Amino acid sequence: MNEAYLEVLRPGINTTIQDKGRFHLYHIGITVSGAMDQSKFQISNALVNNDLNEGVLEFAYQGPCLKLVNGNINIAITGNVNFNILRKNSTTEEGICFKNYFLEDGDQIDIISTKNSVFGYFAVQGGFKTDKVWNSLSINTKAKVGPNNGEKFSLRQKIYINKSKTEKLLEKKIDYNFLNENIIRVIKGTNYNYFSESALNIFFKEEYTVSNLSDRMGMRMEGPKLENITNTNIKSEGLVKGVIQVPADGKPIIMFSDHGTIGGYPKIAVIISADLDKVAQLPPGSKIKFKEVSLINAENYFKDHIKNINKYIREIK
Amino acid sequence: MIKNISNLGDASIYCDFGQDVNQKINSNVVSYFNHIKELVKNNEIKGITNITPSYNKLIVSFDLEIITYNEVKQIIENFKIKKNIIQNPKKIKIPICCDQEYALDLTSLSNKLNISENEILETHLNKEYFCYMTGFIAGMPFLGDIDKKLRTHRLETPRVKVPKGSVGITEQFCNIYTYESPGGWNIIGNTPKNIFNKLNFDKPLLINPGDKVSFYKITKQEYLNWNE
Repeated sequence: MNEAYLEVLRPGINTTIQDKGRFHLYHIGITVSGAMDQSKFQISNALVNNDLNEGVLEFAYQGPCLKLVNGNINIAITGNVNFNILRKNSTTEEGICFKNYFLEDGDQIDIISTKNSVFGYFAVQGGFKTDKVWNSLSINTKAKVGPNNGEKFSLRQKIYINKSKTEKLLEKKIDYNFLNENIIRVIKGTNYNYFSESALNIFFKEEYTVSNLSDRMGMRMEGPKLENITNTNIKSEGLVKGVIQVPADGKPIIMFSDHGTIGGYPKIAVIISADLDKVAQLPPGSKIKFKEVSLINAENYFKDHIKNINKYIREIK
Repeated sequence: MIKNISNLGDASIYCDFGQDVNQKINSNVVSYFNHIKELVKNNEIKGITNITPSYNKLIVSFDLEIITYNEVKQIIENFKIKKNIIQNPKKIKIPICCDQEYALDLTSLSNKLNISENEILETHLNKEYFCYMTGFIAGMPFLGDIDKKLRTHRLETPRVKVPKGSVGITEQFCNIYTYESPGGWNIIGNTPKNIFNKLNFDKPLLINPGDKVSFYKITKQEYLNWNE
């Protein structure tokens, strides 16, 4: 039997498989990886009836152009994404995000670009045919760990699909409400008192700009320099997603999914869990402001955040 | 013992064992690490996603949908550490080629420290090192303590790409770059030995915390012919 696959006609800038992440390995230097925007990732799976943690394709800025060979599949794209479906009979449909589609043998999907955002997700009913590595399907291109030998997808590759013959799912569609907010909520970091009072004032009052030196490892910020009055290095220690480190140049760096597991720069603050998806989607040039919140409030905001995702998922079911 | 427990964001707990870096404190950190790992394995604590030991800190990360800071804190405050929980340390010998093309910073280091290149290498090769932790990139061991006369800062401008296998020193520590990576350590040689094996899922690391590591010099010919 011929197995169904997606042929990569254009790989896009950074197309990888991601799931929730790879856990329990920080202590040997393997980072969590996983979808940068966990909410959009989960919703993409819900739209095609998958387990919410099934591996999906994550793309950044320019996505891939893929041709379905040897099968029929249900797919969905989430995020704020421009894409077209090129049917075998030469008609072109303009794609709508947060809606499922039925692709037939020979159809192509052209993911042109993300709009005012960075990451988008492409889920296939049944998932991709590949083995988990350390219990995760996430591709970590820095450590070369995960499916596809830990590499992003390249031209002419075949991405195999678990289910090759499926019936068309009932149409599912949600109206996702994008919040255009530039306030990023944080909790004080463990080296908060390394910084001068004026530096802390600047950090919470001034605007920062997302630099174009940003990727799945981290996001550098441009803005006023933060004065360190104690030491610009600490004894190297663990890092987690969302930590904001300030190296000697005084410019904050936010740690993302593929961050190094250990770091030696002071931690001024940590982004609350509820705001991680939001900050990951900010393209270079975006202006943001940091706002301090308490731990108890952060925990409550996270509950609201989860409720909000679950509301969409219930709507789909 | 843990001197202070605080939160690192809303989904991690930060256990501070003080400012000093020595084997005794580090072994204590590793004992806590092993203990929590056992609790996770035996399902006695739910929702833990990562445990990260370092020189003198331990960070425990958790899934905020399952457990919260105060619950994890209470568990850590209330358990007693069993003694001798550290696994048998190994003694490992690492081959290193220190020819100029691999020892990228040897000459500048010699100028900076005002010690001959030979003396730097001999001093470094003459000592056995303790592995404090692994991480930053997969499998990178943080070894110490190097001789006092070799201690210096990181490069002022870090390299964008440090070659895989590079052996670097800074302050009281020595490490091995298991992958090509950005980095600012002073490179004194390169090892052909595979330190991280991603295909060995159960034991990907050659060097683990607590292990003793020493280096021995090989020629460029031996380096190029290295076969594991």
